[in-house]
Amino acid sequence: MRGIQKNLALFNEAGIRPVAISVDRPDVTRDLMQKAGYSFTFLSDANVDAIKRYDLVHAGAGENGHDISRPAEFLLDSSGTVRWVNLTENYWVRARPEQILEVAKSLR
Amino acid sequence: MKNKRLNLALWSGLLLSIFAFLSYFLIFVWFPPMRDLPLANLALFALAILLLFLGVRRAFRRDQLLRSKVAASVAASLGVLILAAFIFTFYISGRALPRSNGAPHVGQKAPEFTLTDTNNRGVTLAELLSSSQDGKPPRGVLLIFYRGYW
Repeated sequence: MRGIQKNLALFNEAGIRPVAISVDRPDVTRDLMQKAGYSFTFLSDANVDAIKRYDLVHAGAGENGHDISRPAEFLLDSSGTVRWVNLTENYWVRARPEQILEVAKSLR
Repeated sequence: MKNKRLNLALWSGLLLSIFAFLSYFLIFVWFPPMRDLPLANLALFALAILLLFLGVRRAFRRDQLLRSKVAASVAASLGVLILAAFIFTFYISGRALPRSNGAPHVGQKAPEFTLTDTNNRGVTLAELLSSSQDGKPPRGVLLIFYRGYW
């Protein structure tokens, strides 16, 4: 997400709206955004509702055994169709902003 | 002749293995190429293990004190353990993620949702796709699911 923030101007230019989603409550997220200087949209899925619907539940992986989301990114076109997915197999290996911006060029 | 000089190779090997471990999380994790493939850390570990090996060899020369031999064995074992901890963290626990076979595929419609923004307002995916950004609707939306900080 740091990479997204750093390249936010390029995402805006490409017409891509980044939206970060986790089980964190809105107040926790507000703190994070302030501390890390994130200025794009963050949404709270405290009930693990969307995370379930996208089959991203990492059962018991959170603090006190809470269900959380595994890391994943989806690029949707304006009709809401998935155009690119990254379901990393390794927590430490992540998609790079340049890759996403490259795919974004093909969106109409 | 007893050799009481500091076993430099041994202790610098141990320090270097600690640095090889910590530097991934403190430094290299912020540089995508070195985060995704931790070659810098593995190279540091290789050097650390070489130094530890030289240190152990030195400590086990015939004229060395028993104390030096014990210290060398402990330091070398610690170094190897730290390397094992790094390999475990990166290659084993890092890969312990669910398969997510049911996640939306390319070409599928992304499932609708209503989530709460930081102003405690409900936001739907449809709104994210259609509401304007810089005066026009976005050409696309990038959903980034992350583990969270709880």
